[in-house]
Amino acid sequence: MPLYLNDDQTMLRDTAKDFVASEAPVAHMRALRDADDATGFSRPLWKQFAEMGFTGILIPEGEGGLGLGHVEAGILLEEIGRNLTPSPFLATAVAAVEALKGTAAAAIWYPSILSGETVAALAIDEGAKHNGKIAMQAQRSGNGFRLTGAKQFVTHGHVADLLLVAAKTENGTTLFAVPSDASGLSATPERLADSGIAARLQFDGVEVDADAVIGEVDQGDGPLARLLAAGRTGASAEMVGVGGGAMDMTVAYLRERKQFGVAIGSFQALQHRAAHLYSEMEVARAAVLKAQQLLDAGQDATEAVAVAKAMTGLATTLAVQEGVQMHGGIGMTDEYDIGFFMKRARVLAEMFGDSNFHANALAEAAGY
Amino acid sequence: MAEDLDTFRAETRTWLEENCPPEMRTPPKSEKDATWGGRNPEYQHPDQKLWLDRMAARGWTVPDWPKAYGGGGLSPAETKILREELKRIKARNPLNSFGISMLGPALLKYGTEEQKLEHLPKIARGEIRWCQGYSEPNAGSDLAGLQTSAEDKGDHFLVNGQKVWTSYADKADWIFCLVRSDKTVKQAGISFLLFDMASPGVSTKPILLISGNSPFCETFFDNVEVPKGNLLGTLNRGWDVAKYLLGHEREMISGFGLGGAGKDPLVEAARAGVDPILRAQIALFQVRAKAFAAMSEKFIDELKAGQAHPAQPSMMKYYGTELNKTRHELQMAAGGSDALEWDSEASHEGAAARGWLRTKANSIEGGTSEIQLNIIAKRILDLPS
Ligand SMILES: Cc1cc2nc3c(=O)[nH]c(=O)nc-3n(C[C@H](O)[C@H](O)[C@H](O)COP(=O)(O)OP(=O)(O)OC[C@H]3O[C@@H](n4cnc5c(N)ncnc54)[C@H](O)[C@@H]3O)c2cc1C
Repeated sequence: MPLYLNDDQTMLRDTAKDFVASEAPVAHMRALRDADDATGFSRPLWKQFAEMGFTGILIPEGEGGLGLGHVEAGILLEEIGRNLTPSPFLATAVAAVEALKGTAAAAIWYPSILSGETVAALAIDEGAKHNGKIAMQAQRSGNGFRLTGAKQFVTHGHVADLLLVAAKTENGTTLFAVPSDASGLSATPERLADSGIAARLQFDGVEVDADAVIGEVDQGDGPLARLLAAGRTGASAEMVGVGGGAMDMTVAYLRERKQFGVAIGSFQALQHRAAHLYSEMEVARAAVLKAQQLLDAGQDATEAVAVAKAMTGLATTLAVQEGVQMHGGIGMTDEYDIGFFMKRARVLAEMFGDSNFHANALAEAAGY
Repeated sequence: MAEDLDTFRAETRTWLEENCPPEMRTPPKSEKDATWGGRNPEYQHPDQKLWLDRMAARGWTVPDWPKAYGGGGLSPAETKILREELKRIKARNPLNSFGISMLGPALLKYGTEEQKLEHLPKIARGEIRWCQGYSEPNAGSDLAGLQTSAEDKGDHFLVNGQKVWTSYADKADWIFCLVRSDKTVKQAGISFLLFDMASPGVSTKPILLISGNSPFCETFFDNVEVPKGNLLGTLNRGWDVAKYLLGHEREMISGFGLGGAGKDPLVEAARAGVDPILRAQIALFQVRAKAFAAMSEKFIDELKAGQAHPAQPSMMKYYGTELNKTRHELQMAAGGSDALEWDSEASHEGAAARGWLRTKANSIEGGTSEIQLNIIAKRILDLPS
């Protein structure tokens, strides 16, 4: 498989580009923020995603979806990133759908994900750093389980209909599909630096039925691994969009802003930094495509996914930092969009493990 | 189609299993271990010759060149599979050659049928070793300022002047050379000549590098007669050929950062134990190196499909060479005082230290990093002059 987009994928990219840029440009996100919107995203827009078929992008055709892969999901995510679109797409249509894939729970949740009624949130992290440690307990109770513990950094967790929750069971880890109206569950929404909303969740003996188990009891590592691989790769694609968007804005600014009677983009000191940034972004983009293709081919993508997440973290951080610096004073103003890119990049870099986390994982896998 | 490729992979795997000698599946111990071929080939080990001959017989030193020119006639997909299978068994490069990586593509694009039939098969079999006569003492980054002159003498050109930094000029059999055929214009007065280094009037003088090696030469031309048939491309349009070739040169040099076949010495060193700060630096380096490996695969795929931006080799060259320098800095840091030994047997004649110093040229040769960044800024990002 050549490492570039095929004709169908290129067509999808054109569609996605037009759709996201016209329905949810940066102004959309700014408007939600200015209105101090309590949801954190637009439900009507999410319905439009469903009408386009995008919520089923990774759902098999036999189950009513488009039956496409991570490359295609990434194409959409890149545009979401470029336009800083607040959306449950990554958590719902990518990570949750992948976790549910091939399990009995898929039949329960896929239809309402397809129709755009269900928004899912991922309750994975329990501390400020994504570290894979799970303290939450799920004890057997009646024909189901009682969940006790806390989760944080749950994007849209306060308004989601479905929560994917990892917990410790007797002999391992189990992943649960928890309806958000389960009693004993409380959510505290917190606004983040990028103006998105993530919740702290408290589970005080939350009762769930046996059919909330995704896959098998104690066998949650499989679905959790699928969730994380899809989430990390998807977040990487979104970051390529954020970094690419910041870079494009910056390069355009270098061409038009005049000082000393010439365009600042004619100064070699800036040209070299822009060219270096371009190189970092290209390398990051390739790493993401590699991970997506391996996932779609069903091959071992562990290393490629870690590389993608770490590399996009590094490259996009550079893109937004250079973006603000090269805009000069205007780059520090709220009125100008470039700062939004910096905030979004920081949030995505932290999500599912930052560059250091994944570099460390590579080192451990290589035996050092 | 996919089934054909599966068959091709299976057959390739079997053939390589049977034909790649065990010694050629170990990492080269030093720079000297490379196979360069030529009229007077030097081999450190008899398996080098065996491996070259077997690969050349199948046209697999240049798998995607047409069979008529000594190539393997493979499709891009087959070439990719062959590369993967070679990498899988950690096979060494059967032939290092400026003929393959630089001149060959230019000959394929600009050569006459006669020139192709004359030169390409010899390049493919490693019979003629080529060197590159571009740089001059006063024409480095500003290459188009070159002064070596070629006078039209009817049936031949008379070449006079001096080149510098000519890699392996003292070992090469032929040179591809940029000359000034019109003094009144800059770029549009340059021609591209091929000639035998044994021609009367050609002499070379080695330059000692900081690595202690001297694979580079000053090259002098004193009334060298070059037959007219040795002009590649059109008279005074040699700059087009030169630029095309530079694209391929940059592509080749960009591959240096990938670490090559065999165990990764950096990972080996880290496993043996390093301090946590160095460990972190190595891990973050690995992120970039592995991402760049994906970039290289993507770039080659795009190139074969005619989708790559024409200036993209500059980005590859810039990133790959800077990465390679970092790799060697880290290797030196991990190696400590052991890596400093200059000519002990245990250090393979100071392979680590000499290799480290050699990499410093990666971001100079074939156009400096600064020149690559200029090209990216202007031609890809469209920034103003
Ligand atoms: C190991 C090695 C092998 C080589 N092999 C060959 C060979 O086989 N054949 C051959 O023909 N040549 C070869 N070269 C020559 C090589 O291509 C030149 O050294 C190179 O192009 C740089 O030219 P220069 O050395 O004259 O440096 P200069 O052009 O003098 O550059 C000096 C410094 O100024 C910077 N600079 C120059 N112009 C600009 C600009 N416009 N903007 C910003 N910075 C600039 C450069 O980046 C560099 O840092 C080799 C060189 C080395 C070191």
